[in-house]
Amino acid sequence: MSSHSFWYASSPTISKPLANVEDSRLKTWLIGIAGWLIALIVFFPIFWIAITAFKTEQGAYSPDLIFKPTLESFREVFARSNYKAYLLNSIYVSLGSTLLCFLIAIPAAYRMAFFPTPKTAGTLVWMMSTKMMPAVGVLLPVYLLFRTAGLLDSVWGLIFIYTLLNLPIAVWMTFTYFCEVPGAILEAARVDGASLMGELRDVLAPMSLPGISSTALLLIILSWNEAFWSINLTSAKAAPLTVFIASYSSPEGLFWAKLSAASLLAVAPIMVMGWLSQKQLVSGLTFGAVK
Amino acid sequence: MDNRSVKIKNLVKTYVDDRGRPTFTAVKDINLEINDGEFMVLVGPSGCGKSTTLRMVAGLEKITSGTIEIGDKVVNQVKPKDRGIAMVFQNYALYPHMTIYNNMAFGLKLAKKDKGFIQNSVSRAAKALGLEKMLDRKPQALSGGQRQRVALGRAIVREPKVFLFDEPLSNLDAKMRVQMRAEISRLHEQLDATMIYVTHDQIEAMTMGDRICVMRDGLIMQTADPLTLYRQPANVFVASFIGSPPMNLLRGTVQRGDGGLVFNEGAGPNSVKIPLRGEIATRAERYVDKPVYFGIRPEHLSNEAMDQMHVPLNSTVDIAEPMGSESLVYLQAGNGNMIARISGEHIFRHGDTANVYLNLSKAHLFDAETEEVIR
Ligand SMILES: Nc1ncnc2c1ncn2[C@@H]1O[C@H](COP(=O)(O)OP(=O)(O)OP(=O)(O)O)[C@@H](O)[C@H]1O
Ligand SMILES: [Mg+2]
Repeated sequence: MSSHSFWYASSPTISKPLANVEDSRLKTWLIGIAGWLIALIVFFPIFWIAITAFKTEQGAYSPDLIFKPTLESFREVFARSNYKAYLLNSIYVSLGSTLLCFLIAIPAAYRMAFFPTPKTAGTLVWMMSTKMMPAVGVLLPVYLLFRTAGLLDSVWGLIFIYTLLNLPIAVWMTFTYFCEVPGAILEAARVDGASLMGELRDVLAPMSLPGISSTALLLIILSWNEAFWSINLTSAKAAPLTVFIASYSSPEGLFWAKLSAASLLAVAPIMVMGWLSQKQLVSGLTFGAVK
Repeated sequence: MDNRSVKIKNLVKTYVDDRGRPTFTAVKDINLEINDGEFMVLVGPSGCGKSTTLRMVAGLEKITSGTIEIGDKVVNQVKPKDRGIAMVFQNYALYPHMTIYNNMAFGLKLAKKDKGFIQNSVSRAAKALGLEKMLDRKPQALSGGQRQRVALGRAIVREPKVFLFDEPLSNLDAKMRVQMRAEISRLHEQLDATMIYVTHDQIEAMTMGDRICVMRDGLIMQTADPLTLYRQPANVFVASFIGSPPMNLLRGTVQRGDGGLVFNEGAGPNSVKIPLRGEIATRAERYVDKPVYFGIRPEHLSNEAMDQMHVPLNSTVDIAEPMGSESLVYLQAGNGNMIARISGEHIFRHGDTANVYLNLSKAHLFDAETEEVIR
């Protein structure tokens, strides 16, 4: 009798943790496999571009994985267009717009995070909702405005439009990071004698540095990849790398190898940057939810 | 020596919404003078406006109307850093990205003090608080008690006229709280500075305060030293807020009986009737047939009649909590319950008739309408 009740009482408590361990191990495996699969699917086009870039134009159509690599396409791409000019434009535009974005987003987010009003949440959602608007819808008015203002094909014009484009994301993300900073710390700084600028520079900025830097990374990537406005608003002078790629796609039919080489040259800088800051980016984008 | 008193005159705080429309008045026209070197405690239930008041003194919250003077100077428009105050927050509010040294030195650096001076002040404060070995660490590497000590150190190095504390110990465990309580009191002795200390813990209030200001709903209910507050509560609220277990309060009327005035709890055959004698009877004179509260602290119920001011109370034992040298006895008396703190070792059983006496010379009467004490 007593041994019976002993078993009844204890067997679930013994077997349950074991089952849980096995369960969670299986889960980890499955999630791991799924993760790798998704990563492969996402990475495959880049991989394909990378190998095609090193093929000859004739060989570009064959799906061979083994071939004699050549730099011919790169040579031609460099000979035909001024890669450096495009690259510099991309750098100016993405860094410039990111800086300008922060110049506006940080004060906005500061106000919303530390002095919220009943309308704060609504304002945030409204800002985000502007991202839902299809860009073509405002292409014509923006184009006309740019022409009148003399901003067509200028780096400043692109910086301006990218700032507008990314501002909602910038405000939203900065706001989220600021919300994690206890207001009392800023008040302590105020009592200690910090000015508003001091509060932002010496306390808030360093405390939300991980968040701000991953926001910056994201903004740079978004600006770097933006193709719609850059293709429509620039032609030669201010054209960034997206225009550079596009210039290989249509005029003389498709030249896969050269197009791939150009694409690889365009995405390489941002990929290297993304790779180096992977950890930062992931932890930033999960908003500290995953420690 | 400069004056470090704080004078709060007709202070009002009305919170407003984003269009400037008033939403809530958290502080309603309060007057309070805190003397040079005094330890003043603001105590009261949650939401009574303690923090709001303190934050207005600190300059972190705009004043709606009224004035605050620090050292005879109206500071309404003065920035926090120029008020000569330092504040210790509930959640420590240390700068997490700075070392302990820099946490303490931050204010001095902003004030452009020279390096030697800063080093001197910080190490002196660190030594006084036992933090010398931790100056290179970041706040995460410290325990709660140590963090709050750093916050104290950060306040000390500013050499303020007035220290402001907003529930600085409520995040600490019980043992640490007792220790820090003593430490802050010691600090007050050493620095001889004016301190305003907000808490909702009445034990902190009673043990630390030179004077205590009891607040409720944005109003000051009474300001007095701990003993006066305990012995002579000005109203029902203070009577029930200060003291643990709280004062027994019975609502009833004063009636004229055969042998003099009687407090009568009301209808019902079992209702408590207390004959009033001596001084309390004189006070009750004006309240014949008027509603009053009769209040008496648990320790003024005893199991023997010492003199003729002790009157018997008809009651039965509900439960008893023996605590060694004394017992807390929950009594069933009349239509309600009363608590008695009976000294000595006794055994009380549920349902027993309790032989207890009320010490009338320690009892209070309150006007049931205004809830003010009857003097
Ligand atoms: N920004 C605000 N807008 C509107 N009402 C507020 C605001 N801040 C505080 N209040 C209200 O003012 C009242 C007093 O708040 P306060 O923080 O001073 O209370 P407290 O006495 O410190 O309480 P606790 O012990 O909980 O800290 C509360 O009822 C609170 O809801
Ligand atoms: Mg408070």
